[in-house]
Amino acid sequence: MSFVLHEQAYRQIKAITDRLNRDANAKVVFLIDKNGLLIASSGDVQNMDTTSLGSLAAGNIAATTGLAQLLGEREFSNLFHEGERDNIHLTIVDSRVILVLIFDKRSSLGLVRLRVKRSSEELKRVFDEMEKDNQKEEGSIFDDISEDDIDNLFAD
Amino acid sequence: MSFINYSSREINCKIVYYGPGLCGKTTNLQYIYQKTNPDAKGKLISLATETERTLFFDFLPLSLGEIRGFKTRFHLYTVPGQVFYDASRKLILKGVDGVVFVADSQIERMEANHESLQNLRDNLAEQGYDLDAIPFVMQYNKRDLPNAATPEQLRAELNPRGVPEFEAVAVSGKGVFDTLKATAKLVLTHLKRGT
Repeated sequence: MSFVLHEQAYRQIKAITDRLNRDANAKVVFLIDKNGLLIASSGDVQNMDTTSLGSLAAGNIAATTGLAQLLGEREFSNLFHEGERDNIHLTIVDSRVILVLIFDKRSSLGLVRLRVKRSSEELKRVFDEMEKDNQKEEGSIFDDISEDDIDNLFAD
Repeated sequence: MSFINYSSREINCKIVYYGPGLCGKTTNLQYIYQKTNPDAKGKLISLATETERTLFFDFLPLSLGEIRGFKTRFHLYTVPGQVFYDASRKLILKGVDGVVFVADSQIERMEANHESLQNLRDNLAEQGYDLDAIPFVMQYNKRDLPNAATPEQLRAELNPRGVPEFEAVAVSGKGVFDTLKATAKLVLTHLKRGT
């Protein structure tokens, strides 16, 4: 089974992360799946290694969820790491994706939590819609890709 | 679970290198990292102990070219091989699209290979995967060592099902890219046939 992201859903998600970035006075907001793959990002991401950040954030969430389950909890849905300059806030949205927000002293944990809560609800609605669309959908990029195409990719 | 992104036109897949402690999983990734064009790779992240034993995972993102206008990106992970890190291994297997089992060819490591292979099967089953049904490749590493078992012995012990197998010396790179390519190809073919 694949997780499929179409252009329209991407635009909706991007609008939510853009607004969250603005409203929470964050430096960067990004949304990743539970494997750490980047779905959308907002803010000053040019000089940021979002691939590495995504993988480590997902690893962090996975390890913390493992801890939670040892304690009989389903998950710890919010994580906060405080640094000297920058802080990172991670939230599991609807047990499906991870919302990552990096902020400095121009914002505060209280503001971040408030804004993240609202954005999480909006994201949940988008993902619910996506799930319905994916169930309806029949076509896939793999219908257009032949096994010869795959062979050619690995031909020396 | 693969991630198909129509917005950035990318197909993303996850490959996990599994195997007993010190079999050469991290060495496989390090060699791939060293020999890959900078445009096609991201950072190699190693969450390791001070003695360079993998603590949580190694991670290497890699691009392998385009198919029909879609970039194919593979996220390579290793698991910690040491027996007591089982909780971490389970986490890393989540969402896996393909597995490489790196076997240590040394005859005295046969039991460790068996134990790790069974552990892979059990941990996959816990996540609802069947090792016999997912893309799976076997690598016999450390072929250069004098105490290495013969390929026939290794095959009989570890690969009775006859999945694609490769002999390797990961420190010098022998067999490393052959293993990776075969796995990536199996993953894409599996996705194609699943549609």
